[in-house]
Amino acid sequence: MLQFILKRLGLAILVAFTVSFISFSLLFLSGDPAAALAGETASGEDIEALRRLYGFDRPMLVQYGEWLFSAMQGDFGESYYFRLPVASLIADRLSVTMILGVCGITFALLTAVPLGVIAAIRLNSIIDRVALFISVAGQAMPSFWFGLILIVVFAIQLGWLPPSGTETWRHFILPTIVLGYYAMPAIMRLTRAGMLDVLNSDYIRTARAKGANETRVLFRHALRNAIIPVVSLAAVQMGFMLGGSIVVESIFALHGAGYLAWESIARNDLPTVQALILIFSMFYIVFTFLADVLNAWLDPRMRSS
Amino acid sequence: MKSTVLKSTITGLILAATSGTAWADKADDTLNVAFTKELENVDSYFNSSREGVVLQRAVWDGLIYRDPVSNEYMGNLATEWEWIDDTTIEFKLREGVKFHDGSDFSADDVVFTVNYVADEANGVKTQRNVNWMKSAEKVDDFTVRIMLKENFPAAIEFLSGPVSMYPSDYYEEAGPEGMGLKPVGTGPYKVTEVVPGQHFKLEAYDGYHDSPKGKPSIKNVDIRTIPDVNTQMAELFSGSLDLIWQVPSDQAEKLAARDEFQVSNESTMRVGYLTLDAAGRSEDSPFTDVRVRKAVNYAINRQELVDALLKGKSKVVYTPCFPSQFGCDEDAAVEYEYNPEKAKELLAEAGYEDGLTIDFYAYRDREYAEAITSYLNAVGIDTNFKMLQYSALREQNMKGETVVSFQTWGSYSINDASAMVSQFFKHGSLDYAMDDETLEYLNIADSSTDEAVRKENYTKAIERITEEAYWAPMFSYNTNYVTTNEVEYTPTADEVLRFTTVSWK
Repeated sequence: MLQFILKRLGLAILVAFTVSFISFSLLFLSGDPAAALAGETASGEDIEALRRLYGFDRPMLVQYGEWLFSAMQGDFGESYYFRLPVASLIADRLSVTMILGVCGITFALLTAVPLGVIAAIRLNSIIDRVALFISVAGQAMPSFWFGLILIVVFAIQLGWLPPSGTETWRHFILPTIVLGYYAMPAIMRLTRAGMLDVLNSDYIRTARAKGANETRVLFRHALRNAIIPVVSLAAVQMGFMLGGSIVVESIFALHGAGYLAWESIARNDLPTVQALILIFSMFYIVFTFLADVLNAWLDPRMRSS
Repeated sequence: MKSTVLKSTITGLILAATSGTAWADKADDTLNVAFTKELENVDSYFNSSREGVVLQRAVWDGLIYRDPVSNEYMGNLATEWEWIDDTTIEFKLREGVKFHDGSDFSADDVVFTVNYVADEANGVKTQRNVNWMKSAEKVDDFTVRIMLKENFPAAIEFLSGPVSMYPSDYYEEAGPEGMGLKPVGTGPYKVTEVVPGQHFKLEAYDGYHDSPKGKPSIKNVDIRTIPDVNTQMAELFSGSLDLIWQVPSDQAEKLAARDEFQVSNESTMRVGYLTLDAAGRSEDSPFTDVRVRKAVNYAINRQELVDALLKGKSKVVYTPCFPSQFGCDEDAAVEYEYNPEKAKELLAEAGYEDGLTIDFYAYRDREYAEAITSYLNAVGIDTNFKMLQYSALREQNMKGETVVSFQTWGSYSINDASAMVSQFFKHGSLDYAMDDETLEYLNIADSSTDEAVRKENYTKAIERITEEAYWAPMFSYNTNYVTTNEVEYTPTADEVLRFTTVSWK
């Protein structure tokens, strides 16, 4: 088991470096970083001076090697745009994104799993239809639209919650709902499908035939097995939320890492983009790894495989 | 088109959902403002954005001040100035001025600032703003001389704009990073809090000197970065913002229709234009033929673009500079009125009676660029529309790979033609005309200290550029400022939001 985990970890690190190298190469080809840095008002001479100053005139492999060496020591360099150390810049922004991501996935799980279970138990009932409608609406509605609707209703009309910013916990309520609602439909449908599958299986029939308590059948036997794919999905969704909460962060002016990544790409702020790609890919890898461990705990058969 | 419909719907939703709101912050004398863009560094020498200019004018002062309405130069940190020779200006400095940290302003600060920013090694972001200065030297505590590298008559204009004076002792120690986090100037507002990229808090500086900028009327200014315009509008409605700017015209129109808000529109120095590859830098450029360049100029209905898309105080521009700039003689420009038939004739004469196809590049304002291509298509110039990131297009422009591109230039609010026409027609990497005659005129105009000689040569350059139709200038841009009814603000044409001129009603 330990050997398996170590192998997986080694592979994961290799994946992270491959991702960072590919993204480094692609970003480099996406436009002149010196021109992006210099801004709209700069002349050709300004751009040339910046190119020399930042060493963009050197071979790309040399630049990547230097970056990697420093990154392994925790030094991601200085943001070209903010002229601040990337590590501290990202630390500030990442905390916002982490709070949002954790709240979002918690909201999604707390609404999707019970709804999925109830929908499966009461198949084709009104509750099932309502659950499916909520899920379809969540998938169909763009986040920016839903976010603005919530702002209009809860911030402007009712005046209950602030429309944007990060000053208090109240500022996180609307973005959490929007982000969570985006992840919720897939989790709900998977829980529902998993539950339906499991409830029709032989061992559930056997448990019932043996006269087991229905609550015990549902939660001890059925849900425990139905939830396994949901764990993997939630891990992927969590990774997505950290890297892809750009729209939500933009609408609610949250200034998180997702929005920073988006803006940094547009500004060709290479050190920031590189660090964020590495961090986000590490998050994906760590969450996937944790999901595997959790699944192994839930399903003993996985431990031996 | 889709996004416009969507934007309008969202705006409509917000408008429909709102009713009268109580504005909160007049009571605690705080003006709440939104910036759309994250500012990289508050240190004005290390950012190049419009928001940075706004903060620069609030936090720091220059030696000279130009009245944004009359364009008259007045003393600010300097009380008088004199050209000693073609490359030396002597300034008498104002006595008794104190920086926000309590230190005294003197000649040492000017000497340090100028010598620091003029040194290319220190990496000032917009080199053009400072690279005309060679050095500065102290004559006595309140007299200083700035030495220029060569004749540069626009020096006074630059000294009244982007060249701010910094406290020498503080800046020597703090550098751009420290100045970005804890800015210290002599300006009307001092900075009390900076959260990089997110939040700036300003407070009126009690010890502000008797500057032509005027003393602030509002005590606190709280600026937040809110990237989404719809969210800014929501904040405006919920009463947590008092002033937003750079509001798109369709949304501004809807806000103007409501009683709670005041919408002011003012033109900016930004000009939109097409560059045409007259020099044949790219392969097979049809624009080496003056008839094709003229055809493009005749093909576009600039007035219709202004009326339908830009609106506000935008106007048609035929010059390769903004008309208010010194030397930008509108009468010298050939005005290509909309005449598609003439455009077709010229194309036929040039051998393109069956039309031609070109790659058309743009980096912003997609709707304007697309409208322009539709005029070109109508006379037989088919376009492969290519929308690129600014940096990618800039790189291609510099390499000479774009046959035609839609560009804009804001001149950094410098009210001198050299900030635009000389930027693009002096055989630099962005010059697609490479015309020696134009270069000759501009060299004289840019280096003479005689205003009449400057004007004459800019006029000749403009005549030449427009006769040869090296560019197709289009229109000037405008900005919408939206305030609540509690706020009084009259914008100026240089697109600098001056907090000293904002007041409560």
